[in-house]
Formats: sequence, structure tokens, C-alpha cells
Amino acid sequence: MANVVTDHEIENYTINFGPQHPAAHGVLRLVLEMDGETIDRCDPHIGLLHRGTEKLIEYKTYLQAVPYFDRLDYVSPMNQEQSYAIAVERLLGITPPRRAQYIRMLFAELTRILNHIMNIASYAMDVGAMTPFLWTFEEREKLMFFYDEVSGARMHAAYVRPGGVAQDMPAGLDGRIREWAMAFPKIIDDMEGLLTENRIFKQRTVDIGAVSKDQAIAWGFTGPNIRASGIPWDLRKAQPYDCYDEVEFDIPIGKHGDCYDRYLVRVEEMRQSIKIILQCLDKMPSGPVRVNDRKVMPPPRAEMKGSMEALIHHFKLYTEGYHVPAGEVYAATEAPKGEFGVYLVADGTNKPYRCRIRAPGFVHLEGMDAMLRGHMLADVPAVLGSIDIVFGEVDR
Amino acid sequence: MAEFVDGYLIPFAWILAKILAFVVVVLVSMAYLTYAERKIISAMQMRIGPNVVGPFGLLQPFADAVKLLTKETIVPTGSSPVVFFLAPMLTFSLAMIAWAVIPVSKGWVISDLNVGILYLFAVSSMGVYGIVMAGWASNSRYAFLGAMRSASQMVSYEVSMGFVMISVLLTAGSLNLTEIVEAQKGLWYFIPHFPMFIIFFTSVLAETNRHPFDLPEAESELVAGFMTEYSSMAFALFFLGEYANMIMMSGMISILFLGGWLPPFDIAPFNWLHPIVWFAIKVCFCLFVFIWVRATFPRYRYDQLMRLGWKVFLPFSLVWLVLTAGFLVYTGRVH
Repeated sequence: MANVVTDHEIENYTINFGPQHPAAHGVLRLVLEMDGETIDRCDPHIGLLHRGTEKLIEYKTYLQAVPYFDRLDYVSPMNQEQSYAIAVERLLGITPPRRAQYIRMLFAELTRILNHIMNIASYAMDVGAMTPFLWTFEEREKLMFFYDEVSGARMHAAYVRPGGVAQDMPAGLDGRIREWAMAFPKIIDDMEGLLTENRIFKQRTVDIGAVSKDQAIAWGFTGPNIRASGIPWDLRKAQPYDCYDEVEFDIPIGKHGDCYDRYLVRVEEMRQSIKIILQCLDKMPSGPVRVNDRKVMPPPRAEMKGSMEALIHHFKLYTEGYHVPAGEVYAATEAPKGEFGVYLVADGTNKPYRCRIRAPGFVHLEGMDAMLRGHMLADVPAVLGSIDIVFGEVDR
Repeated sequence: MAEFVDGYLIPFAWILAKILAFVVVVLVSMAYLTYAERKIISAMQMRIGPNVVGPFGLLQPFADAVKLLTKETIVPTGSSPVVFFLAPMLTFSLAMIAWAVIPVSKGWVISDLNVGILYLFAVSSMGVYGIVMAGWASNSRYAFLGAMRSASQMVSYEVSMGFVMISVLLTAGSLNLTEIVEAQKGLWYFIPHFPMFIIFFTSVLAETNRHPFDLPEAESELVAGFMTEYSSMAFALFFLGEYANMIMMSGMISILFLGGWLPPFDIAPFNWLHPIVWFAIKVCFCLFVFIWVRATFPRYRYDQLMRLGWKVFLPFSLVWLVLTAGFLVYTGRVH
């Protein structure tokens, strides 16, 4: 009994955060190694929503692939359609009419607001404030009505197609969008009143999950997350697509790259989106919304009633689809969550040989471990909410 | 025989009747507090809230009760069943027995204890046992973490609550709740003790695990905290215990700071109302603020909550206590 004192190694314990957890944003599973309330290691497990989108697209014609893009990040469908449409257009060597480009831009910005509302509201809910969620969701509902009006669907629109958009906007919609866009900043103000200067909200988010400029670049962050770290990288400015070089807007950037900055950047982006929406409505030219190429876009319905050739084109387009010349292309757009890229390899047939999708959420999720180390359990939902993750696109 | 009836049976029956009267009223108010909470929060969030069961959804609490009663009680594997079921019972009974000393009007009290304030303090501190037992017996990490948080939270906030209470009872010169209320005639204590009133209110939010201090059951981190593994009536007992505690604590705030059953001015038309109505109005006001806070604020993080309790409230209430005592001695009110 010389030495009864033994060294006990106190082991960390692990907590399974999800996949069935109210704050796991769908099907995320985080294995957290905890030292009391402090996180020592965070290990994200993904793949619970994997649907094989990329492989499925290889077996679909170019037009049939469009709806898959709605279902990736189901909070911002049209931005992803836009990426895909631009990729196919570059392979085909066609440019959609200017009106179509403006409509795409208009809806891309509406979708950005749709996404940011969802993100900020659920983020606020994750740190415990539930009212912003219900306040802003009414606006989301209105935005979905706009979706409904142009495409007939509230979420999975399949509206932006290679070569333009599916159909022109119904009469009077521009007025309704303008009316909404004039009223919306008031809603942002109301929501900000509950959050931005709220002492508890700031205590929960300032200096939490801070990402430095170098880290943000090293991890390949894009979108609001890299801008919150202080890098003014926005594909709408850096590599303008559609008509983004014709509208005027600012890129908000943060200083510290923490959860609070990511929130502020998103709020300001919504205001900038309103600015773009109003400019789009002002500048939108009249004219066709589909490229005038019968080999890519179907002829108008009226023409089909009288022209045999038009009928044949229609039949061929909706059965076999169009053939895309061999080649490869990477097209990226500034989706609300970051750079959403589509890499297409065409082999000259009517189906893509390979379609690789670069989802921003997947890249951002990688940063979770480094962002969370040393923080507390309560910071997990805050960080998770602030990097804006949707599992549809992470798992694809 | 007559002596037995007069000496024991009638007083016993009288006490029983009083207890029953209190319990029934508290239970019904609990049920309707859940309804009021849902309605008020939905109004603040531009929703309708419950409106299907009964006129204006007024029967919703009963529908919920029936639902919870008819659900299966699940006992998690590896739990200790005795403690597991003892915990909700303890929480609920503690929430109910606290009402024994709360005077709702002059003389309207089950037991007019001389140390009523200490009794209340003791009972509300016991509440933490139910939570710790629940967390431990559930054999779940979420429940365990929730229970740990809750225990430390309640203990920390009780310290500053204690100092606040001492300030009040020094001013009133009594530990008896009825006398504390009577001492507030003319000047309710929330005016001279305004900072203490705020601290007490905030601590009560923490003590009853309400927003923004509802960390033990922070759903975005700990699912449902110590209640994670509970279902059906065991869950309902916790839930009702929480609401009973809210009402009880609102009663305590009214008694200590808002002049209990006293009308704001002892003149017509204020004293036309029965004192008990004034008491109810004050309790309802406190409950409304509880709910209002819930709809407005995000949730504190665990370490921030501890910091607020120990580094802000505790020194402040201690200093205020010394100031109060000094003032009272200086002005010759206490010897």
C-alpha cells in the first residue's frame, strides 16, 4: 500500500449532435468531443441526404437535368438553375436575349433574399430568438408567390433554362414585385431592431467562430462567409454574368469574420439585392425571353399549330433533347450561399458525360472544426446557423 | 366527541378546503397560462395561435392534457425508474406547496407563517433537486448536461435573490409575507428598491428557467435538456411545475415589490376592487412580461449567464443591501 494515489486519465466524452436534433439544419451529424461544455473536436458526418444527383444528371438530357438543380439547395433554387443554364449556354455558344438575362437577374436577387431571410431567421432561432423567424417568413411567402406566378411552382421552379427562361413574366408582375421591394426594407428594419443591437444577440455572436482572411482563402470560403472575413470577393463583380455589369450595387464586407459579421453582411446584402431588383425592373427591356434557336428552345405554341417543322422541332426537343458539342466548361455564379459552380463535360450527345457540382455549403462545413474548437456547446448552433448550410447541396 | 370534532375535525376540514381552493385555482390558472402564452406570443409574431379547440381555442389546454395523459410513458433503458419518476413528482409538488404561505389578500392564506419568506426561498431552492434527479436518472447525455446547467444556474441566482430579499425584509422589518405587504402601504418597494426589482425579476427568469435563461432546456443545443427522455404525464408534470413556478414567482414579485393586494392608491375608484383582484392583476402583469421577454430575446450562453449572476448581480445586490441597511440605521428605522 505504498502508493494508493493513481493517476486517473479524465477522458473527454462525445456527444452526437444530430442527425435528429432540432438545430442540426436537416440531417447534419456532428460528433462533438467535449471537455465539459467546451468543444475539443468537432467531426461533421455528412452523406445522410445523398441522392446521387451528379450521377443521375448523366442519364438525363440537358433539359431534364434542370429540376435537379432546384433540389440541391432547396432554399435558393433559381440561382442554381442559373449556374447550370450558363454552363450549357457556354457549351452551346449561345447568348440568351437581354430580357431573359434581366429576368434571371431579377429572380436571382429575389432568391438571394429568400435565402438570406431563411438563414438569418433560423440563425436567430438557433440562438434563441424566435420572433424574427415568424416575422420574416411572411415575406418569404410573398416571394414564393412571385415564384408561383412565373413558373407555377412555389419552390422547385425549373424556370431558368439553357437559352433563356421558360416563359415571360405574367402581366403586372413587375408592378407587384416593385411594390413588394419598396416595402421590404421596413421588414429588414423591424428584424434588425430585434437582433442587430440586441445585447444578448451580440454576446452570442461577436467573436464566435471567427475566420481570418487567410483561413477563409485556405478553406475556399465564398459568398457572404468570405466577405464577412474582409475579402470583397463577389462573382457578380469579379466575373459578371448575365447583365450584372450593368447594374450598380455595393459589396458589403465584414472585419472580423465572426458570426456577427456574417449576419451583418447578409442583412446588408438583402438591402443591396433590393437595389438590384429595382434597377432590373427599371432597365428591363421588352422582347423575347428565349433564344431564337429552334435546335435549343422550342418554337412558340402558335407556330406549332401551323408549321410542320415547328412540330418536329418540339417533338425532338422534348424526347431526344438537344445535342451539345463536345467540350468542357466550368460556370460559377454567386449563389446566396457562395460560389455555386457547375462543371460539365459534354461528349457531343444529348446527355452530359459528367456533371460535377461545386456546392458552397460543402466547403463551408469543412471549416466547422476549426471554427468551433475551444468554443462552447452553445456556440455550435450559432456557428452552424451563421455559415448557412443546407444539406441538399452538401450531400448532393 | 364534540371536542374532537371542534378541536381537530373542523380545523382539519377547513385547512383542507383552503388547500383545495388554492390548488384548484392554481391548476386552472396554470392551464390557462399555457393558453395565454401561446396566444400572446402568436399575437407578437403575427400568427393566430390556438383557435380550433373550443371557442377561440379556449379548450386547448384540456385537449393538451388529454393528449399527454393518453400517451405512452417511456422509460429509457439504463435509467433508474424510481428516481426517474420521483423527479417530476417532486418538481410538481414543490411548485404546489410553495403556495401554502402566499397571501392573496389580507388573511387569505393557508398558513400565515412568521418566516414565510424563508419558507418560500427554501421551497424554490428545492426545485433544483427534481431537475438534477431527472437529468441523472435519464441516462442520457443531453439530459445530464441540462441538469448540470440547471443546478448551477439555480444555485447562482439564488444567492443574489437572497440578498434582494434581505434588502426587502430589512425595509419591511418582518419575515412574514402579510406584514411585508402591509408595510408597503403608501410606497410600493419597487420604487425605493428599483434596481433590486430589476435584479429580482431577472433572477426569477433564471430561477424558473425561462427565456432568456432557459439553458437547461435550450432546444437548439440540448434538445429538451433534462426533459429530453420524458414523455406523457411525467413530461406534463415538469411542464406544469414550470408554469406553477412562474405563477408562484410572479406572486412573490407582487408581494415583495408591487404591494401584493394593495391598490395603487387607497382612494376610490381604486379601492372598489377586491384586494384579490389587485393581486391577480399584478400577477398577470408579471406573467405577461415573462411571456413578452420570451418573444423578444435570444438565449444567453451558459458562461455568460454565470458571469451575469456572479459578477454583476451578486456584487450589486450586496452593495445595495449594505446601502439599505446603512440608510435604515442612519434614519433610525432600525436599531
